[in-house]
Amino acid sequence: MRGDPYAPLRPPYAIARPRSSTAALSKGDLQVADPAANAASHPAGDDPSRRDFIHIAAITAAAGAAGAVAWPFIAQMNPSADTLALASVEYDLTKIEPGLQVTINWRGKPLFIRNRTPEQIASAVKDDGASMPDPQPDAERHKDGKANWLVLVGSCTHLGCVPTVGGGDYGGWFCPCHGSHYDTSGRIRKGPAPKNLVVPEYAFLSDTKVKIG
Amino acid sequence: MLRKITFIAAAVALLAGPALAAGHAKAPADIAYSYEGPFGTFDQAQLQRGYKVYREVCAACHSMNLLAFRNLGDRGGPFYNPKYKNANDNPVVKAIAAEAQINDIDNETGDPIKRAGIPADRFPDPFPNAVAARASNGGALPPDLSLMAKARSGGPEYVAGLLQGYVAPPAGLTVPTGQHYNDHFPGDVSAGWKGDPHHPPAGGFIAMAAPLKAGLVTFDDGTPSTVKQQATDVGAFLM
Amino acid sequence: MSGHSTYQPKSGFSRWMDQRLPVGRLVWDSFVDYPTPRNLNYWWTFGAILSLCLGVQILTGIVLAMHYTPSAAAAFSSVEHIMRNVNYGWLIRYMHANGASMFFIAVYLHMLRGLYYGSYKAPREILWILGCVIYGLMMATAFMGYVLPWGQMSFHGAVVITNLLGAFPIVGETITTLLWGGFAVDEPTLKRFFSLHYLLPFMIAGVVILHIWALHVVGQNNPTGVDPKSKADTLPFTPYATVKDGFAVSVFLILFAIFVFYMPNALGHADNYVPANPLVTPSHIVPEWYFLPFYAILRAVPDKLMGVLAMFGAIGCLFALPWLDTSKVRSMRYRPQAKLYFVIFLVVCVILGFCGAKLPDDQVIPGLTTFTLVDSPLNSFVWLSRLATLYYFAYFLVIMPVLGLTEKPLAVPETIATPALSHPATVPAEATAAPEMKG
Repeated sequence: MRGDPYAPLRPPYAIARPRSSTAALSKGDLQVADPAANAASHPAGDDPSRRDFIHIAAITAAAGAAGAVAWPFIAQMNPSADTLALASVEYDLTKIEPGLQVTINWRGKPLFIRNRTPEQIASAVKDDGASMPDPQPDAERHKDGKANWLVLVGSCTHLGCVPTVGGGDYGGWFCPCHGSHYDTSGRIRKGPAPKNLVVPEYAFLSDTKVKIG
Repeated sequence: MLRKITFIAAAVALLAGPALAAGHAKAPADIAYSYEGPFGTFDQAQLQRGYKVYREVCAACHSMNLLAFRNLGDRGGPFYNPKYKNANDNPVVKAIAAEAQINDIDNETGDPIKRAGIPADRFPDPFPNAVAARASNGGALPPDLSLMAKARSGGPEYVAGLLQGYVAPPAGLTVPTGQHYNDHFPGDVSAGWKGDPHHPPAGGFIAMAAPLKAGLVTFDDGTPSTVKQQATDVGAFLM
Repeated sequence: MSGHSTYQPKSGFSRWMDQRLPVGRLVWDSFVDYPTPRNLNYWWTFGAILSLCLGVQILTGIVLAMHYTPSAAAAFSSVEHIMRNVNYGWLIRYMHANGASMFFIAVYLHMLRGLYYGSYKAPREILWILGCVIYGLMMATAFMGYVLPWGQMSFHGAVVITNLLGAFPIVGETITTLLWGGFAVDEPTLKRFFSLHYLLPFMIAGVVILHIWALHVVGQNNPTGVDPKSKADTLPFTPYATVKDGFAVSVFLILFAIFVFYMPNALGHADNYVPANPLVTPSHIVPEWYFLPFYAILRAVPDKLMGVLAMFGAIGCLFALPWLDTSKVRSMRYRPQAKLYFVIFLVVCVILGFCGAKLPDDQVIPGLTTFTLVDSPLNSFVWLSRLATLYYFAYFLVIMPVLGLTEKPLAVPETIATPALSHPATVPAEATAAPEMKG
């Protein structure tokens, strides 16, 4: 058991005789610091004192620690590994006949893979200079040397309905919700949609296999 | 005075610890796995050998359905490749996944089909459901191995010890049909024991037959395929 | 302690706020300028540690709830999904599981401090009772939380504890059916436990606010048990107690980190990594370590209903403690006999915890055969539990009341500062000075 519950404080706290007379004090027990001497060795304001250093160092360390602690709690809301695992799909193209389209589920959204006939490619290229809400040449919407393969996110850029293939005035797609017409390159030609059907990030792993995402 | 009482009480508490030993399973031998300790790392060669043991021996009966093929390519996994940070792109993982046949439905007709696996798929179950699993294993359900290393006290050392624990039953012990004696399995042998009732043999009767044999799995890195090696490696893999 | 506030709002905004909702003043009066006894030792830092634990549990819990599925079919695999798939899910899950254990380590030390230094005695009875209420809510929350992963221990632990309530005559079965939502622990039980487990911590937070309010009305106790008499006896809370609490919190976090990063499953049970199976009972059903003493008391009594009553009675003794202890001296520092009984009490609690983990008929001293009394051999954990339970109740119901009347306490110092002044020492003059401005 400790007999002394109170450890003496050291200078540079200002110290003086206690006001109360509760205990008899022996001579020479108390030391009195000289405030003037204290002030002389540490002029207030100019020099950064040791305490300032400790304050700054502690606050910086605490801020770093707070950031390190906060990061996992924020990061955990990012897509988890199983969601990311399904972030890319590979598709075998041999199943798609020319002129046909297949719709697959990619990242929770429909994805169109369409095998265009030469006539459809030609009509898309012919309209490259026509006036349309979101002008874009057909060449930018497919991979080099693979003009027949069109990979598009099947979500109408107006409010997200799934356009039907082959309908509409331009032979591309027609969105039944509000009447947007897309051409054979997936570009918006008529209707309320503001942008062309989105071309996602994709790559050909071989002539017959494509990886999307 | 107070400290003395505290010490005495602590000593009594510690003494009571070994009371469990009599009549229970043999404690697994300690294995100095590479991943132990605060600076431990997994030995990838060991993990690959362990995966091979799982694939060729255990997967016939044991599912591992909380893991996916892509977990094999995760950091600390058997096929991790720093070039493929995303395990879904790892070619070894893709090849392993493609070997598996995964139940799915046909996209056009809706009929049930089997297709090649992708890294995102979970490890397939060897049996369609628990009833089929029991029927093929004499009424016993082979437990899922996804968390086996954490689900048994002793962890991987327990698994390795169990797999090597198929010793010949001592004289006086009758092993019931369909069961096997294993000196590391915590069970009750008193039903078949005719010897001294106060000193039954350690271990118990397990429904699984000894799955490992010397040379059963050939290791690609040339490590000798002893039962001990196979058991140790599959323990590390399950960890 | 309720003097007039020294808060001086400095900026225009703080003056504006102070006239409308004096939050700044409240914080200043409670945590900055609040007079704190100057002799508090590190046992007084557990209040801050506990607040940290509550915050950690709530934060990690809310995040886990974003990924967890409270369904019997999916709960187990959703926890594994958190561990393997969710970014940093393994960290958050281990923080939550080990955070619960750390919460209980801290609360037990906090309560033991209260027992030793007489912090439950007048005028702090309500403070103590609110603390007991918090403890009870913590136990309920922890119990329900442990059921959520739906492992073998989760499930069968829930079966055992909910069956306890069936011990009550007449109403027992109705209560258990109501609690289960069915004929056994099953899907409905899991769902309601999840909902209540989410709710209770916020109730705990509310009672904690009452607890701190009750504390600030009467002021802190201190190791001498003597009330502060003058300014010389106290120091402003900030920076002294703030920094001391901060240091203690850091040490505590190091211990927490050791568990989370190096032995995350040490305080748990391997059987909980096996999915729940209602048809197979684990060979050794054991609650989490912080419930073990009460589990031992429960099993010590041969009758089911009496066992349940004994277990609840053991917690009830805590509520009645302010009136059971008759001593006029607060702190056991000056009560040498009481100190001895307290240490024995401590050892007995540890023994009870130990017994709770063992099978009742296992031998305490291996190999020693003894005669049987009340269906159990004398050399068994159940008899050790009975002895220990006897002392546990005797401590509260016999020793505390009697000792206060018969003991000879040591001389209690007059003021907090007196023991310091009788030593050659340097003594600060102003209790509420701001020494960081000088030098």
